[in-house]
Amino acid sequence: MSMKPLRGPLLATTLLLAGCQTVLMSPSGDVAVQQRNLIVNALLLMLLIIVPVIALTLLFAWRYRASNTKARYTPDWDHSVLLELLIWSAPLLIIIALGALTWVSTHKLDPYRSLDRISAHQPMPADARPLEIDVVALDWKWLFIYPEQGIATVNEVAAPVDRPIRFNITASTVMNSFFIPALAGQVYAMPGMQTQLHAVINKPGQFEGFSANYSGAGFSGMHFVFHGVSEQDFKQWVNQAKQTGGKLDRDTYLKLEQPSQNEPVRRYASVAPKLYNAILDRCVESNRICQSDMMSLDAQGGQGIPGALNVTSLDGVTRERLGLASAPVARYVGAMCSANDPLEVSSARAVVH
Amino acid sequence: MMLSDRTDFTRLIFGRLSWDAIPLHEPILLWTFIAVAVGGIAVLGLVTYFRLWGYLWREWFTSIDHKKIGIMYMVLGLVMLLRGFSDAIMMRLQQAISFGHNLGYLPPHHYDQIFTAHGVIMIFFVAMPLVTGLMNFVVPLQIGARDVAFPFLNNFSFWMTTSGAVLVMMSLFVGEFARTGWLAYPPLSGIAQSPDVGVDYYIWSLQIAGIGTLLSGVNLLVTIVKMRAPGMNMMKMPIFTWTSLCTNVLIVAAFPVLTAVLALLALDRYAGTNFFTNDFGGNAMMYVNLIWIWGHPEVYILIVPAFGVFSEVVSTFAGKRLFGYTSMVYATVVITVLSYLVWLHHFFTMGAGASVNSFFGITTMIISIPTGAKIFNWLFTMYRGRIRFEVPMLWTVGFMVTFVIGGMTGVMLAVPPADFSLHNSLFLIAHFHNVIIGGVLFGLFAGINYWFPKAFGFKLDPFWGKCSFWLWLIGFYFAFMPLYVLGLMGVTRRLSHFEDSSLQIWFQLAAFGALLIALGIASTLIQFVVSFRRREALRDHDGDPWNGRTLEWSTSSPPPAYNFAFTPMVHETDAWWQMKRLGYQRPTEGFGPIHMPKNTGAGIILAGISTVIGFSMIWHMWLVVILAFVALMAVAVGHTFNYHRDYYIPADEVSRVEAFRTEQLASHV
Amino acid sequence: MSDTTLAITDTQGSPGKLSFHVTGEHHPQNGTLLGFWIYLMSDCLIFACLFACYGVLGRNYAGGPSGKDLFELPIVALNTSLLLLSSITYGFAMLEMQRQRQRATQAWLALTGLLGAGFLFFELQEFAHLIHIGAGPGRSAFLSSFFTLVGTHGLHVTFGIVWLIVLMIQVGQRGLVPENRRRLMCLSMFWHFLDVVWVGVFSFVYLMGVLP
Repeated sequence: MSMKPLRGPLLATTLLLAGCQTVLMSPSGDVAVQQRNLIVNALLLMLLIIVPVIALTLLFAWRYRASNTKARYTPDWDHSVLLELLIWSAPLLIIIALGALTWVSTHKLDPYRSLDRISAHQPMPADARPLEIDVVALDWKWLFIYPEQGIATVNEVAAPVDRPIRFNITASTVMNSFFIPALAGQVYAMPGMQTQLHAVINKPGQFEGFSANYSGAGFSGMHFVFHGVSEQDFKQWVNQAKQTGGKLDRDTYLKLEQPSQNEPVRRYASVAPKLYNAILDRCVESNRICQSDMMSLDAQGGQGIPGALNVTSLDGVTRERLGLASAPVARYVGAMCSANDPLEVSSARAVVH
Repeated sequence: MMLSDRTDFTRLIFGRLSWDAIPLHEPILLWTFIAVAVGGIAVLGLVTYFRLWGYLWREWFTSIDHKKIGIMYMVLGLVMLLRGFSDAIMMRLQQAISFGHNLGYLPPHHYDQIFTAHGVIMIFFVAMPLVTGLMNFVVPLQIGARDVAFPFLNNFSFWMTTSGAVLVMMSLFVGEFARTGWLAYPPLSGIAQSPDVGVDYYIWSLQIAGIGTLLSGVNLLVTIVKMRAPGMNMMKMPIFTWTSLCTNVLIVAAFPVLTAVLALLALDRYAGTNFFTNDFGGNAMMYVNLIWIWGHPEVYILIVPAFGVFSEVVSTFAGKRLFGYTSMVYATVVITVLSYLVWLHHFFTMGAGASVNSFFGITTMIISIPTGAKIFNWLFTMYRGRIRFEVPMLWTVGFMVTFVIGGMTGVMLAVPPADFSLHNSLFLIAHFHNVIIGGVLFGLFAGINYWFPKAFGFKLDPFWGKCSFWLWLIGFYFAFMPLYVLGLMGVTRRLSHFEDSSLQIWFQLAAFGALLIALGIASTLIQFVVSFRRREALRDHDGDPWNGRTLEWSTSSPPPAYNFAFTPMVHETDAWWQMKRLGYQRPTEGFGPIHMPKNTGAGIILAGISTVIGFSMIWHMWLVVILAFVALMAVAVGHTFNYHRDYYIPADEVSRVEAFRTEQLASHV
Repeated sequence: MSDTTLAITDTQGSPGKLSFHVTGEHHPQNGTLLGFWIYLMSDCLIFACLFACYGVLGRNYAGGPSGKDLFELPIVALNTSLLLLSSITYGFAMLEMQRQRQRATQAWLALTGLLGAGFLFFELQEFAHLIHIGAGPGRSAFLSSFFTLVGTHGLHVTFGIVWLIVLMIQVGQRGLVPENRRRLMCLSMFWHFLDVVWVGVFSFVYLMGVLP
């Protein structure tokens, strides 16, 4: 083959180009673009010192090799104030520059902070309202709830191009990390806690999203597709879910929550009210105290010695009904009657033992 | 066998251990087991055949000689390197083939154990023993002492580390290892998510080894503070001793945190407490904070002694005083202190506010200033030197070029918004392998090649040493540069399967790199064998094969049990260099008896019992736990009733040994 | 180190006459006390972690009882005085040891051990009571960190008592020889250290725990 001698260099060039066109180096969301710029700037700033150091190392190693007897040899020279000043101040200056860059960019790109622009060329419209998406990392799939649209999906998420998005992120059991490299940096998803991520997608397309924090056996299959679509297509996507999907009520959620691997995309036409809050508050089960209630009780000094015995679990009948008979039994603090009950199912509440 | 089938009595003795725990159904493990068993029986058989048991027991296992303990640490580290590296090769192979419909040859259950074991073994049972071994061997010689401050404790520490390693190895064939990643973050490592024995193996092996590490830290710290030769004030200590001092300060101040946090995790798993659980008020983020408060200093525990090795090597082989000794010392101290102020950079993505994140990002960057100063100091030590490119020097130059790249990517990761994109990615993996291989491992190989003649009396074969160096260096770049690129492609760590086939070529390149490194390791092993066979040609007759500068080169190779017939007096940093320059004459008479500590088997026995305790805790064998604990206390207390822990080497014997050295020196001028 | 440094500075002016080794036996200082002190500091870090955990989790009652419901200050006060007293008696033992009075030393040591045992007795009684009423270490993160912090201290006291008994036997066998004196010094540091930790536990856990 005449191509054969060229194959090596060709392959090398292809690989090099591939390296420059990686998703982090050419992302599609404004936040990720700014993060890319930061990576490149930090790299360039440090190359200022790294390149001379590597060059000097190789140069000195060559020039002062033992066989080169022409080079000067000063066995007792071990100090120079000027050089010492230089070698401490050169890295110091670079770190001062980088430190300033870090301080500013960390505040500007804080994932909790609302966006102040759509992209480098597009300012944030005055009436822009971010699209809310509630994200739950389950074992081992992603649940997305759209509170405004009233739908939910598993392992698929979509958002209109150039509309700011606010992800509210939590998890059911273990730590995961919510990451769509083309859109924005990652944030951990943790049970009983909420993290946030503000982002915007500027180009239509399908982008890969996944968990970036190892979470157990099904971790490798815990990825999803993020669709950047036009406003029109987004509406259509929502409608599709509304027409074809099932119902995500608390029972369905409790079943969905059980560990499973490589889940296909699922869509739900409706979501039980305040389901996300209940997940975050760790009280989807009807006889379980909500974390926020528990914390306000704790702030008042707990429930005294009788409270010690208020530990319960899902009763056998309910477990049977949900098909969880063989799943391990989780113990938790039992629910008390409380005013801000996100479950709104007080009538169905199990007896506290 | 189901638990319910078993009588209470069996359960009391065997806990949850049953024949099911032996993975006979997993062919890879089965073959590994057969190979290890055959190899093990062969080694044991040879030892028995050559009647070496008594010799090993008397001269090595019960030895409290810091040199022998140092060598045993190195052997442990190198043996465990083989295990840790086979894990690495298996991962590289899995990731190189597991695309699309091909699920590779490792199911997640097995793969997840492998990456956890790889991390745990490489840090705790390869890097730590090698670093501790080097410090153990070199420091007393460098400071002109006869042994460490607590020789028995030293032996005990070594065997505790070994005990931890034994437990990790046992997990391979009895039960399984953790499937949590090397830091075992809860809730994943909690009893609800990981009810089986894996995490318990993790906890007990690290707890037991951790005791050893902590005690050896105390030991070396006191040794350096109290036992320096007269005249060696702090600013005249050899730089490797300085870095050892800082490392041991770090060990003493960091390992208790690991002990505490693992104990809390153990309580969550064994006693049903709620430190890191999701319910009942637990907080998993506290574990992440605590483990990194240990974990970040740990990184410096490994790299700082390597810096010390490079300082010694570069000044010896450039034939020149170390440039900027004082600033080198201060740089080391600054790194030591700062290493406690950066732990949060391991989890910028856990939701801390921007000010907290940028504080820790900037402190992290500040560490690169003293580190940069060190690099320049080595650079200017080479400047106007006469550099002999012996194997240790090759590793040093390789380090200087490679390490700065790792340092650079490290600073990139320290910028929080950049870390949001790069965290947990293969870019991160490439970064820390870049500093740990390019820094710690290169340093250890430089150190091994440098001090080997001191330990054994002959140099290592340079040809195979150079093979090893080039294979490691090139292999490293092949194995980890693709990982940088994959990280930029948004590929995260710990995946056992991929969909996107365009990534495959990079993983194949990385696998090729791992293969080169395998050949590098093989070269090192060949180097040991070849050097042993050519030992007469490589013999170090005068104890100073490299024209060294510090006190360890003033005594014979290998040094006598007492290291120095007369305690040296020190007048400047490069003490031996000065002695040579001023025409120092070695005394040939006037020897007196030398006071030395006696060997004892208590260390190995205590550690053996600790292994039993660990194993029975892992398998819930409560009766055995209690019995073994009682035995442990009895042996420990019994040991304190032994008041005859020392003896005198008679003056005659010292004279005889020294006369032999005089003769040897005379015949090889 | 400074004394040895001083000894050679006068020769440094004339490099030709530098002496490069010590003739005769060189005895480095004994580092046992320093080593033990460093060990105690590392132990102190373990307690620091446990205190930190208590600081973070100490108000997470998980809807269960709080310190105000559970702690009985009079008993804890009694307990505290037992332990503080045992530090004083240990101090007397050390004074007697300095005077080389073996029997008096032993007597004070025995008293120290008894006081320590009394402390443990009340502590175990408290634990048993708490577990009995359902406020065991698993009930809430507050109780987990409480039992662990206080229990770790109690475990230290237990080992201290075992050590004390062993040392009393050894002093009985060999008298106040230098080895035994050194060991008594180490145990002394250990015992006082536990006292200091307990002062922290008493104020931070018990006193602050009963505050509303």
